[in-house]
Amino acid sequence: MKCAIELKINGRDENLVIDVADTLLEVLRDRFKFWSVRESCGVGACGSCTVLLDDKPVSSCLLLAARATGHEITTVESLSDGEKVHPIQEAFVEQRGLQCAYCTPGFVLSVKALLDENAHPTDDEVREYLAGNLCRCAGYADILRAVRAAQEKLRS
Amino acid sequence: MAGFAVVGQSVHRKDANQKVTGKVLHVGNIEMPGMLHVAVLRSPYAHARIKQIDKSNAEKVSGVAVVLTGAEIAKMPGVDPHFGPAFRDQPILAVEKVCYVGDPVVAVAAVDRRTAEDALQLVEVDYEPLPAVHDVLDAVKPESPLVHEQHRPAKAFADLAHVKSGQRSNICYHFKLRLGDVDKAFAEADRIFEDTFSSPPAQHVPMEPHITLAYWDEHERLNVWTASQSPSYVRTELSTTFGIPMHRIRVRVPYLGGGYGAKLYAKLEPLVTVLVLITKKPVRYALTREEEFLTITKHKVVTKIKTAIKSGAITARKCEVYWDTGAYAEIGPRIGHKSGYTSAGPYRIPNVWIDSYCVYTNKVPAGAFRGFGVPQVIWAYDSQTDLIARALGADPVEFRLKPALEEGESFATGTVVRSFGIKEAIRQAAQAIEWNKAKPVQGDTKRRGRGIAAGVKAVLTPSISGAIVILNADGTANVLSSTVEMGQGSETTLSQIVAEELGLTADQIHIVQPDTDVTPYDTITAGSRSTFHMGNAVRMAASKIKAQLCDVVASKLEVDPDDLVAGKGRIYVRGLEERGMSVGEIFLAKFGSLGTTLAAEAVCQPTAAHMDPETGQSEKCTEYWFPSATAAEVEVDTETGQVKVLQLFSVGDTGTAINPRHCEQQLQCAALMHLGLTLFEEMIFDEGQLINGSLLDYQIVSFKDMPQRVRSIVVEVPHDDGPFGAKGAGETGALTVAPAIANAIHDAVGVRIRELPITPERVLRALAEKDRTGALKD
Repeated sequence: MKCAIELKINGRDENLVIDVADTLLEVLRDRFKFWSVRESCGVGACGSCTVLLDDKPVSSCLLLAARATGHEITTVESLSDGEKVHPIQEAFVEQRGLQCAYCTPGFVLSVKALLDENAHPTDDEVREYLAGNLCRCAGYADILRAVRAAQEKLRS
Repeated sequence: MAGFAVVGQSVHRKDANQKVTGKVLHVGNIEMPGMLHVAVLRSPYAHARIKQIDKSNAEKVSGVAVVLTGAEIAKMPGVDPHFGPAFRDQPILAVEKVCYVGDPVVAVAAVDRRTAEDALQLVEVDYEPLPAVHDVLDAVKPESPLVHEQHRPAKAFADLAHVKSGQRSNICYHFKLRLGDVDKAFAEADRIFEDTFSSPPAQHVPMEPHITLAYWDEHERLNVWTASQSPSYVRTELSTTFGIPMHRIRVRVPYLGGGYGAKLYAKLEPLVTVLVLITKKPVRYALTREEEFLTITKHKVVTKIKTAIKSGAITARKCEVYWDTGAYAEIGPRIGHKSGYTSAGPYRIPNVWIDSYCVYTNKVPAGAFRGFGVPQVIWAYDSQTDLIARALGADPVEFRLKPALEEGESFATGTVVRSFGIKEAIRQAAQAIEWNKAKPVQGDTKRRGRGIAAGVKAVLTPSISGAIVILNADGTANVLSSTVEMGQGSETTLSQIVAEELGLTADQIHIVQPDTDVTPYDTITAGSRSTFHMGNAVRMAASKIKAQLCDVVASKLEVDPDDLVAGKGRIYVRGLEERGMSVGEIFLAKFGSLGTTLAAEAVCQPTAAHMDPETGQSEKCTEYWFPSATAAEVEVDTETGQVKVLQLFSVGDTGTAINPRHCEQQLQCAALMHLGLTLFEEMIFDEGQLINGSLLDYQIVSFKDMPQRVRSIVVEVPHDDGPFGAKGAGETGALTVAPAIANAIHDAVGVRIRELPITPERVLRALAEKDRTGALKD
């Protein structure tokens, strides 16, 4: 069954006809080729498919695209203009907060949402907020450093 | 590192920018016109004969291109319906019978995944259940049901040339090591310790599940894009399986979203290939997470270990190691061999007896997992070494240091060890955890303890890495290498090695990604072998180019080529930087033009000496070793059994660290990953049925599990034959985590856990047992 939805994706208004069974992940990847949005567990447990829905992180593999109608979606593709990367991304690079990096776009978006909500999180708050993003390379210590470096960059 | 310009510098990852922006190429980003998608029907039985398959209704579904069974593959002329790196025992799709719950039975290729899945619902399979064997110790009994009637060696790798066609047994490989006279030593011992340790099957959980896309091109060639750690092997395997000449197969591997051993050898490629051959359309198969759990696992291992003590020293050790390799041998025999021969530990023990058995059961196949089986054997021998030290009232650190092998001594295999920093690793670990400081004041129900563990892994030998370096006229270079970048930072490391040799900077080097049309053979990207093997290959190739550059400069400037060095994009007289030529000037002098390239190929192929099949003795069983030590501090809650790791220090001898920051990261992150495998990761089977095969039910380490303090220490004992003295670092941090934590628990509450994972339930049971037996003694 088809339905019409309206989404604002990375600042652009999109009117689409989709299958009601389509997840937001499928629409973002298959239709728009936002390859930074990645399916990994398919059950909302790993955070690889994280996107921001009205600035809050959600698992796009669990969210039906139809339910996202009328909302703003942000993927990592919108964070850099192709010339310069976002300070959070810069911090991940400098602190080596990535290895295989399959999880990285999801982490970057979760960190963005975290720092937007709370500019000075404690270590425990960071751990709690990012607990839904899994990194099998286990680069958590480097990612924590990247969060701290990003905080500094965003302050200045 | 003194004397080097690029080696020893923690230069940034070459792939960081594309990764942090999400632009990085993964197989999942590649689409082909008319591409078909695959869904697979899997066996609900652990062991059953396939009586009949009715697929007629599925074939009628609109959008379905093909519905395929194993019986049909078996009838295709020139196609071997089975594949595998050690034995050709794994069917592309089940033929006649299924051997585990999850065994692929029927594949559908359709216009999209949902259509393929819908069609599968209409396939009917009639099974006749057969007796199944689930437990590795049951499987070795003569009366056990047989998983396979015959064993057919694959002959794909030189180091597996000795695997044999099996008898009627579930044991597909048996490694033996015999040194000295263990019976005599046990007879003369003051004390004998006998224990059984086990570790469970686990899953790699690469965040990117397996995915393969293949198509038949306009040159009538098979093109394969695949998330694989072994592109060269995949080409060989597809050529053997389908009878396609090697020059008509092209295998390409872009960046991997993690591997950890899961993506080695052939996985989805044979099935995708057969679907391409039938449909002549591009075909993509992307595993779901649930299918990932049914595709490959870490070996469950049971080790029986018996140790003799005479005058406070270990005089004999006897190990029986049982590797549960599941329904198909996969690389189990290699693991049973390479890890098997290390199962007595890195110690001076005069009498050693090892039997290492690779055993079929009706479960998900087990293969390589970061550490290649060594974490499982160290779990047994280090745990036991620790409990012996404590039972003898010896200091556990000293008890390990005293018999730890020194440079030039012989390992249990008779191989003389070199570049063997095990003692330094143990000392560094002890220092990091402040071993000599008194224990902190203990709470009533929260008890703290510290533990040290040590062990060693040997690199896979023999193995081969080939590389081609192409120097451009502007002083940049392209490197053709089949090493797969899966997060370990190989592109950066290899660039640093080439840059050092040619006097360039790392960003002047481009590493071409694995493409069997252009990148030479490489055994595998695994086993911590790439820095040494591919590093040597690219260095030797670069060195050949440098020699050509030096010849030109020597004749132009009339100097001795031996006096020339490379640096800052120039070749110049040592100590006289201005007396030299830039790469561009050399090209102009040599070719009269800048429009050319200089290329050279090199192959690194360390060899092993013959290993006696009855005694496991070999003058050289391995090219080099990875000594590892871990120190942990834990807090055990005696009311809940909860273990909290407060501090974790990972120490590894990596040889010269080409990129120190990356070496630290590999050690630390491998250790953190294995914290999960120690405390909670376990694939739980009930009569062969996996009951926790999703990330909702199977937990891996998250941010919340990270200890307050986690750090790594790189020990650098250079290897004479390594590139600039380097060895490798990918697995070392994984090796000794589990025993370090178990040893710390013993230190905290006086109980010994012998079964992984160390769940609160197991800790509570051990505490209750201690109370009970303690009460009896009173």
